[in-house]
Amino acid sequence: MAVASISTNEQPRVVLSARGLSKSFGAFAAVKNVDLDVHDASVHALIGPNGAGKTTVFNLLTKFLQPTAGSITLLGADITKLPPDKVARMGLVRSFQISAVFPHLTVRDNVRVALQRPSGLSTQFWLPLSSLDRLDARADELIETVGLKRERNALAADLSYGRKRVLEIATTLALDPKVLLLDEPMAGMGQEDIGTVSAIIREVAKTRAVLMVEHNLSVVADICHHVTVLQRGEILAEGDYATVSQDPRVRTAYMGTEEA
Amino acid sequence: MSDIIHTAAPPRIERSGTATKTYAIFIGLGLVLLLVAPLFFYPIFLMKLLCFALFACAFNLLLGYTGLLSFGHATFFGGAAYFTAHVVKVWGLSPELGILVGAFGAAVLGLIMGFFAIRRQGIYFAMITLALSQMFFFFCLQAEFTHGEDGIQSVPRGHLFGFIDLSETTNMYYFVLAVFLIGMAIIWRFINSPFGMILKSIRENEQRAISLGYSVSRYKLGAFVMSAALAGLAGGTKALVFQFATLTDVGWQMSGEVILMTLLGGIGTLIGPIFGAGLVVALQNYLATSEFPVTIITGVVFMVCVLLFRRGLIGEFYASRLGRKLGFEHRR
Repeated sequence: MAVASISTNEQPRVVLSARGLSKSFGAFAAVKNVDLDVHDASVHALIGPNGAGKTTVFNLLTKFLQPTAGSITLLGADITKLPPDKVARMGLVRSFQISAVFPHLTVRDNVRVALQRPSGLSTQFWLPLSSLDRLDARADELIETVGLKRERNALAADLSYGRKRVLEIATTLALDPKVLLLDEPMAGMGQEDIGTVSAIIREVAKTRAVLMVEHNLSVVADICHHVTVLQRGEILAEGDYATVSQDPRVRTAYMGTEEA
Repeated sequence: MSDIIHTAAPPRIERSGTATKTYAIFIGLGLVLLLVAPLFFYPIFLMKLLCFALFACAFNLLLGYTGLLSFGHATFFGGAAYFTAHVVKVWGLSPELGILVGAFGAAVLGLIMGFFAIRRQGIYFAMITLALSQMFFFFCLQAEFTHGEDGIQSVPRGHLFGFIDLSETTNMYYFVLAVFLIGMAIIWRFINSPFGMILKSIRENEQRAISLGYSVSRYKLGAFVMSAALAGLAGGTKALVFQFATLTDVGWQMSGEVILMTLLGGIGTLIGPIFGAGLVVALQNYLATSEFPVTIITGVVFMVCVLLFRRGLIGEFYASRLGRKLGFEHRR
C-alpha cells in the first residue's frame, strides 16, 4: 500500500512532448510555437474556442500533417519526420472528430481489423477469413467494455452517432496504445454514453496517457488532470482545471463570465 | 442474457447463409456449363473468352476491391504473353512453366509500375499507369525478342506435364479452364483473407486505417502486384491458345477494353467481369465478319451501361428484387 502511494506522488513521466510546434497554411499560421507535455497515467485536455487550432495540433502530433517548425518526441524517440502509420505502430493512436469507423463492416469486424495488425494477421492473403476467429474473444471483450455487446453483429453504419464514437474508442483501445489522442470523444453523445465514456477514459488513463480535445467543460472538470487552453494557435493558459478556469484571460477569451 | 443477444442479433448472418447456398448452386451450374460448353461452341472462342474473363477479374481485384483505376493493365496481359511465348518457343520450356514465367514477369512489371503509381490517387494514378504502359509498349516495339510488328509467331503449345498433348484442342480447352478456375480461386481467397479484410477497411476509410497503423500504400501495392500477376496468368495462357504474342495485347486499347468488360459486368462483384468479358468477346466475334465496325457497337453498349445500369450486369442482378430474394447483397 505504501509503495502505491509513493509511486502516485512521483511526477509521472512525459510520454509525448512537442517543442516550438508550428504550422502555417500559406500566410495563415494555424499553430504558433506550441510547447506541450503529455504525462503518463493522466488525462490532458486541449480546449479553446472554434478555430483555435486544436485539431491541427492533433494532426501534427499524429503526423497526419507535417509541422512547419518544431519537434515532437514520443516515448523518448523523435517522431518529427515519421509517417502517420509508423507513429501509430509506435503506440500513439488517435480518434477523429468526425466518427471514423468502417461503415460496411460489423461492429465486431471493426474491432477485429484493429486487432489484426498487432496479432500479425494482416498480410496473409492465402489464409481463410476464419483464421481471424481467434481474435473474437479479445474483440468481444473490448466490445463489452464499451457497452456495445448487443450491437456487435450490426453494421457500423447502422449505429447511432454516439454509438459510433464508442465503437471508435473500442477500436482505438484494441491497439493497446501508450498514448491516446481523442478528438472530441463526447461530441454528439447522449448523457448515458458520456457517463460510460468518461468512466472508460478514466480507467484507460490509469496506465496510459490520454490527450483529448473536448468542448464539454463539465467533462473536462470531471476527468482531466491537466488543461491546456489554445487561442488563435497559441497557448493561452495551462494548469489544472481550477487554475485555468480562474484565469481572467481564459474567462474572457473562452469561457465567458458566466462560468466561474 | 443470451436471449437478449439472440433477439438483438440482426438477420444478416442468416441472409449471407442463403447467399452462400445460392452462390454454391450458381457456381455448380456454371462449372457444368463450362465443362460441356465445347460441345456447343467453337473451343477457340471459349478459350479466348476464359482468358479475357480471368483478365477482367484480375483487373477488378484492383478496381473493385482496392478502388484503384489502372489504365495500364495491358502491360501485364500482353507482357506476360510475350514472356510465355518467348520461353516456350526459344527456351523450350513446358507450357505450365511458361505460363508461370509469364505470370511472374507480369508481377515484376506490376511491382515496378505500382511502385511509381501507388502514391497517387484517382486520375493521377490512372495517368501514371497509362504513361508507364505506353513506355512498355514502345519497349515491346523495339526490343529484339518481341520481333516488333511481327510479334512472336507459331508458338508451340507443347505437352502439359510432358505427356498431355495440348495441340489437341479438347485438351487445350480443359487446360485453359483449369488455369481459369485456379485464377478465380486465388482471387476468391485473396478477397476473403486477412489481407482482403485490410483492403476492405482501407477502401471504407483510408484515414482510419492509417491511424490504426496500417501502411496503406503497401497493401495497395500488394493488391496491385497480385492483380498484375493474375492478368499475366491470363495473358500467358492466351499466348498459348493463339500460339502468338503481338503488340495488340500491350496497346492502350487493351487496357481500355478490360475497363469496359469490368464496368459492363459489375465492379466489385466477383463474377461480374466474367459476364462483361463474355459480352465484349462475343460481340467482337459475331460482328467481326459484319460490315459494321465493332468499336461503335461496344461504344454504344458502354454508354447504355453507364447511363442505364451503372452497377453492371451482375451488380444490377444482385441489387434487383430477385437477386435480394436469393440472398445477394450489392456492396455499393
